[in-house]
Amino acid sequence: MSEPAIVVENLSKKYKIGLRARANRTFREAVTDAIKAPFRRLRALREKSNGEDTIWALKDVSFAVQPGEVVGIIGRNGAGKSTLLKILSRITEPTIGRALIRGRVRSLLEVGTGFHPELTGRENIYLNGAILGMKKTEIDSKFDEIIAFAEVEKFLDTPVKRYSSGMYVRLAFAVAAHLEPEILIVDEVLAVGDASFQKKCLGKMGETARGGRTVIFVSHNMPSIQQMCSRAILLNEGKIVAADSTDRVVAAYLAGAATTASAADLSLLPPARRRGTGVAQFVRIELFGADGRMAQEIRFGEPLVVRLHIWAKKAIDRVVFGFSFVAANGTEVMGTTAHDGGMPNSLEAGMQIFTCEVRPMILCPGHYYIRAAIFRQGEMFDYIDEMIGFDVLNAAFDLASAPANHLVGHIYIPFRWQHEQASQRAR
Amino acid sequence: MIQETITAKNRSAEAHLAAAGAAMDAPVLVIEPKHGWLPIDFTELWHYRELLYFFVWRDVKVRYKQTVLGAAWAIIQPVVSMVIFSVIFGKLARLPSDDVPYPIFVYAGLLPWTFFANAVASSGVSLISEAGLLTKIYFPRLYIPMAGIGAGLVDFAFSLAVYAGIMVYYRQFPGPPGFLLPVLILLTMVTAAGMGFILSSITIAYRDFKHVIPFMIQVWMYGSPVVYPATLIPEKYRLLVAINPMAGIIGGFRSVLLNRPMDWKSLGISTTVAAGLFVFGLYNFRRTERRFADIA
Repeated sequence: MSEPAIVVENLSKKYKIGLRARANRTFREAVTDAIKAPFRRLRALREKSNGEDTIWALKDVSFAVQPGEVVGIIGRNGAGKSTLLKILSRITEPTIGRALIRGRVRSLLEVGTGFHPELTGRENIYLNGAILGMKKTEIDSKFDEIIAFAEVEKFLDTPVKRYSSGMYVRLAFAVAAHLEPEILIVDEVLAVGDASFQKKCLGKMGETARGGRTVIFVSHNMPSIQQMCSRAILLNEGKIVAADSTDRVVAAYLAGAATTASAADLSLLPPARRRGTGVAQFVRIELFGADGRMAQEIRFGEPLVVRLHIWAKKAIDRVVFGFSFVAANGTEVMGTTAHDGGMPNSLEAGMQIFTCEVRPMILCPGHYYIRAAIFRQGEMFDYIDEMIGFDVLNAAFDLASAPANHLVGHIYIPFRWQHEQASQRAR
Repeated sequence: MIQETITAKNRSAEAHLAAAGAAMDAPVLVIEPKHGWLPIDFTELWHYRELLYFFVWRDVKVRYKQTVLGAAWAIIQPVVSMVIFSVIFGKLARLPSDDVPYPIFVYAGLLPWTFFANAVASSGVSLISEAGLLTKIYFPRLYIPMAGIGAGLVDFAFSLAVYAGIMVYYRQFPGPPGFLLPVLILLTMVTAAGMGFILSSITIAYRDFKHVIPFMIQVWMYGSPVVYPATLIPEKYRLLVAINPMAGIIGGFRSVLLNRPMDWKSLGISTTVAAGLFVFGLYNFRRTERRFADIA
């Protein structure tokens, strides 16, 4: 058996809660703190404080990756994925434990790291390449390939601040895609760019993986994890909860993700779980089944009502709000905005309720959740994801002639099967 | 108890890995917590040397791209300072200038000082301005404050060219110790790097400290013999003043450029302090750099 390319042993990382806040404290505070410190230490001794204000972002994580293996790391936000990647990329140090990496390693936690808006595309290729660890001669030899991949030949001598965001991302990714490490550590960098370019990048990364390279890949996107990784590791609260074949681990993750409710009091949502300026917000989102009662389980084919309670700080016009059904693997199945449904595209100040009836429910059996947003061109007021979930139950219904036991995918399209005898056809 | 278990586990892992390492000659990167003062990893610095070049190259490019005046800026700054100081300190205050015309006297002092001040200012906040890099990718962190100094060299070259013009105008030519000039430039860089290492590791932890830097530089300038000659300081205090490394360095620049006798004692003290500052800054930076990504 060959030696593992990566060995992680009891890797743990402790953060002081509010370290960030305290680190950003001012010099003046530090000076006064230093003066007060002896007294505080005395008091701390007396109170026998035992470091309750710390959090283990990563705790006793151990695993090994064989050369050529592509391993996916999944988990909810705050599960420790980024911390793990940062330790493996040597950006931050572990508190306890160690990791051994055998081979030339490169990490990609972001595309376009170090891009300077004033520099031209050509200059940024060299700068970014050097930051990613490429030698100048290496960049020289790959230069043509990189610009061809990025499709920006015409704008090579234009400062990247004049690039469209698509061009910028393509150029950034093109440089990264031409790294040739033995071991590649990749964060969710594919969540950028348009769909066709994403596909191209996935293809390029797939090539990397097939080229015998060891890859550690973090993503929220289950289809791409399933497509690329042979094995996956599920992290939760800094610990490994599952490490197995990708399909099993993804299933375990999705089962765990199903802990959302059918209605949620969103006003209590911690700011970390929502995005946006808060000028208008979802206060509550409810789901109702056919019997008019709030439901977390909807029978396939039955109607479903989604009710959005929105609060706006002031009257807002030209606003778009709505929701979409997202399958458990992250695929957005369908989304609709109130404006699509003939509602005015404005919100009044204060509370208001909008209902949307989906009739009949033609989502295939499975777990789904609601993603909802209120925004205006260029401004996100509120964005909520994975907070409200529901199951579509498999049930015999007159839409299909038989119980839909083996439906795959997300949307039911009416179908009819027929059978003919081969001999009859011959006649 | 827990600690012991962990150590024991680590030890078994170590044994396993040592065996593995012996079987394979691929380079093995070990990532583990480090404590206390760390050695400087010269192999790694050498390996990443091109990155330092690219950082400097970027700063120079950006500097001359963004400004309308471009390279002229590097000339205007010291020349305007020269004119102002000549009027205020030379004409109005009638400060002595070692028997050379005041403008060329003050310019010879401003030359190293402007370079030093700009280098310390940009190096001192460099970690904050590169926080995006710190949290996203690994490379020797030492190159960030060092790049801030290298970029200033280009400006320095321009202002040195201006000096050549002034030199011809005043018919005041450098003396035989002219070969010392590169040494003095290097010494200025070493001092600026030492300060840059120290200040940048403070500013990343305490953001308000960056407002202290410009003030500190200004006070430092009047504490150094830039607008006045070192000979104005009473003899008995002169060596004490040389503890400020810029005092000896500026004196050295003047001796070379204006062909004056060199105050070797002061230069020696300043050089020693500069070297001490550099080494302390270097190791202190290494000791604190492991926290940078967590607090950036």
